[in-house]
Amino acid sequence: MGYYTYGLPTFLIIVIALYLLFTGSGEAFNVGRFLEETSPYAWAGTGVGLCIGLSVLGAGWGILVTGSSILGGGVRSPRITTKNLISIIFCEVVAIYGVIIGIVYTSKLQSVPENLLYTPENYFTGYALFWGGLTVGLCNLLCGVAVGITGSTAALADAADPNLFVKILVVEVFGSIMGLFGLIVGLLMVSSAADFSAASGAATAVVSPYVH
Amino acid sequence: MEALFFNANTGFLEGIVRGYKAGILTQSQYANLTQCETLEDFRTQLSATDYGNFLANESLPISTSTIADKATEVLVEQFKYLRTNAVEPLRKFLDYITYGYMIDNVILLITGTLHERDTHELVKRCHPLGVFDSMPVLCVATNVEELYQSVLIETPIAPYFRECLTASDLDDLNIEIIRNTLYKAYLEDFNNFATTLGSPTSDVMHRILAFEADRRTINITINSFGTELSKESRAKLFPAIGRLFPEGNNQLAKADDIDQVRQICENVSEYRSFFSETPTGASSSADDFGAMAARLEDRFFSTEVELNKQAFLQQFQYGVFYSYMKLKEQEIRNLTWIAECIAQDAKDRIQDFIPIF
Repeated sequence: MGYYTYGLPTFLIIVIALYLLFTGSGEAFNVGRFLEETSPYAWAGTGVGLCIGLSVLGAGWGILVTGSSILGGGVRSPRITTKNLISIIFCEVVAIYGVIIGIVYTSKLQSVPENLLYTPENYFTGYALFWGGLTVGLCNLLCGVAVGITGSTAALADAADPNLFVKILVVEVFGSIMGLFGLIVGLLMVSSAADFSAASGAATAVVSPYVH
Repeated sequence: MEALFFNANTGFLEGIVRGYKAGILTQSQYANLTQCETLEDFRTQLSATDYGNFLANESLPISTSTIADKATEVLVEQFKYLRTNAVEPLRKFLDYITYGYMIDNVILLITGTLHERDTHELVKRCHPLGVFDSMPVLCVATNVEELYQSVLIETPIAPYFRECLTASDLDDLNIEIIRNTLYKAYLEDFNNFATTLGSPTSDVMHRILAFEADRRTINITINSFGTELSKESRAKLFPAIGRLFPEGNNQLAKADDIDQVRQICENVSEYRSFFSETPTGASSSADDFGAMAARLEDRFFSTEVELNKQAFLQQFQYGVFYSYMKLKEQEIRNLTWIAECIAQDAKDRIQDFIPIF
């Protein structure tokens, strides 16, 4: 099975690369031009989408892991069900971080006509929103999963011995701080990015002379 | 990595089984039970535990076999709940747990057919966890040949019979050998299946099944001293897993007395203490052998309980289901022992059970 998952894409990439090379369009593969002619809106939109998408994925994953253990443990020890909702709340908070960043980022999206869009400031804002969103999304994904797994163990340990819950909760708190770190870094990354604004003169994308 | 995906299918059931485990009787509850004067007190004390009123409908006087049967029923209900709610691969894992009981039931039916007993009577005496759908079909067979044919087709343990060659092997003298051959095939199959489940289930189950295999190897060796079982036949009954495999198994196949067994087992550090002497003073060699065998059995049980308890220290693996079944069975054996001691007024030996928690 490894042959299909790794071999087929590699083969396709090699065929396409050789085709471009042998038909004289080898220069069509140009990373710099790709970065210059992709719209900053594409980068910004993808960043915001990844941010909220990955955050919600992390939160949901954590809640699924914790929730099933709370339900299972709560059959014999119903007293754990109320206290262990804290773990669910910690997972949920991770999604809220994603929403906050999403709101902050989308406030920078303004409508600008195509021929005035491609200024250096707008490029920077596009890239900053993409990578900021990806950073926050990944941080929240991993944080949500970590809090979820620890919350599951906390629920089962609490069902066995009530003294353990507060101790394991400390571990969960440290886990959820990681989401906060992601939030802080995400805010820092776009702190010097201006809203999308129109250029004073003409500012169009670079179009390649080499693609037939 | 197992923690990421385990709870989606099995999180609820793991919580349930850990709840069941919390209901296993503790030392303080055993202390209360051993102080009971009659079986009525025993029943009252048990109603305060997770067993609840399982004996409420029994009329006086209660017999110890009823207590054992009803306690087993409680365990069977719990197991059925787990199995009904399980999906693959947990469903298959739980099925593997039942195959051990199925082997005992099929051997019971084969023995009954050999002695021309009514197999419908025997079905009532089968262990409830080892019941499979086609059990009534086995009752239709009137002689051993038909039984063997239907067993090959109908039962989930049919693959284990391949080691047993033909129906002509199924005569009286060989029944125990058949049972041990089936169990050997079952242990090896279970071990392979546990390997496919990946870590950490495979780590936990390998440890437990390795001890089970070694225990059977040592028991077969000791029980075959002084019988007609040849050394080659003995060697064929040893499971191909465990810490004594392969050198220990080879040496045990050639052993002639218990001192050699002790020497062979010293190679594994955990098994050294099984054969150590307790300072009891001089006694005849026959008594020694019997007492040592009893002590050995006790130590096997304690080690099994210890390994099963350790399985609960790890989360996100299937070993807890297997370990819970074994611990609950040990508890039922303990309850039966205590009830017998109370019924026969033998209070001096009432503490001879294996405590679990």
